[in-house]
Amino acid sequence: MKNNSVQKVVATGIGAALFFVLARFVAVPSGIPNTNITFQYAAQAVFAVIYGPVVGCLSGFIGHVLTDMSWGGVWWTWAFATAVYGLIVGLFAKKINIRDGNFSKNEIITYVLANLVANVVAWGIIAPVGDIVIYKEDANLVFTQGLIAGAGDFLFAVVIGGLLLYGYSKTIAKSGSLDKE
Amino acid sequence: MKVRVLNYIPKESFIHSLSGTTKLIIFLSFSFLCGLSFDTRVLLFLLFLSVLGFSLSRIKLSEIRIMSTFLVVFIVMNAILLFIFNPEYGPKLYGSRTLLFHIAGKYDMTLEQLFYQFNVSLKYVIGFPIAILFISTTNPSEFASSLSAIGVPYRVSYSVSLALRYIPDIQRDFSEISQSQEARGIALGKDVGFFERLKNSAKILLPLVLTSLSRIDEISNSMQLRSFGKKKNRTWYMKKKMTVNDYLVIAFCIVVFVVGLIITNQGGNNLYNPFVG
Repeated sequence: MKNNSVQKVVATGIGAALFFVLARFVAVPSGIPNTNITFQYAAQAVFAVIYGPVVGCLSGFIGHVLTDMSWGGVWWTWAFATAVYGLIVGLFAKKINIRDGNFSKNEIITYVLANLVANVVAWGIIAPVGDIVIYKEDANLVFTQGLIAGAGDFLFAVVIGGLLLYGYSKTIAKSGSLDKE
Repeated sequence: MKVRVLNYIPKESFIHSLSGTTKLIIFLSFSFLCGLSFDTRVLLFLLFLSVLGFSLSRIKLSEIRIMSTFLVVFIVMNAILLFIFNPEYGPKLYGSRTLLFHIAGKYDMTLEQLFYQFNVSLKYVIGFPIAILFISTTNPSEFASSLSAIGVPYRVSYSVSLALRYIPDIQRDFSEISQSQEARGIALGKDVGFFERLKNSAKILLPLVLTSLSRIDEISNSMQLRSFGKKKNRTWYMKKKMTVNDYLVIAFCIVVFVVGLIITNQGGNNLYNPFVG
């Protein structure tokens, strides 16, 4: 397992770097003014599925804190929510054996479910409650913000992340894929 | 596009001469206290300290112009949103209502609301010099050793240093991939529809994720060849020696943190309420 732990250290670092780059520099206009599509959560979900909950959690947290720092102020509650998001997706992903090249109906359902639960917990509960407790912000405002963030992240993580995982699974030769002729 | 990830500005100053560990402790203790406290007196004192630290660091405002513009825009937008959503939140929070003037409809300007929004903005403002102070005066290479020094497991610290090391590489990958996909007609601009744009972005992200994955394999193989993770501890090339100044500053931070928390919580909650005496 030593082998695996080095890989997890590296995956956390590279995952955080990818999160940072996607969050900080890559934004696709959504058509709605001042609202951009960002992909960091899709990437985080992909890393959580491939490398497991610890990598999903830490890479998101490190990536989020670095991104916030580069803007000059860390939103700990939201960074913590990001960490929980990766953790939950990673825990669900124990049921997805992506490394065997499997990403079909059952895995997709698990993935969508994982994202649903993770987004509800992270942006529906942790981030807004944290903001209410720590920043004493108005409940209506933070729950609305959480809802918008959660819905957007859910959509992009499922659609983009799903496409990425599907593409990744195609690059892996399935075990037992050889046929006897 | 040349990018400075975390905007380190090397200079000769008291703050720069402190070790990264000390600056990390300043950053964490001040930003946690700022997060936990809603006491105006504590927040104003923190503001004073962070501005003092900022001036000691000899960083010029012109060097951080983009970040400060972003901060001002954010605070103004946030203040407007807070007011639009619930102009009566301040009175509810402080348990009294002093009408200043009527605006329109349900919107009254009250002293309590102003005071509440002043506190919220203050919290955002304080976070800024503290974060800038930390990232502009700490060499990114020293960052990992500081994390490790305050008790973060070295594997995690190493992940952070890997992240900082590879952000520019991944950014270069991204621009190369998106340019070559654009050359093949896969665009992300405003002239393609929303779903088309989503699909196209997956076509750019997939190669980016796949190169990142193969990069992970490469790096972890070479780290394994150098026996990473064999021992319980590791030493850091960029670690600075702690000096007397470091210990004094750390002690000062701890005192500020503890006293700040005590003052904050003496009224039973973390508010400072000048309205109900």
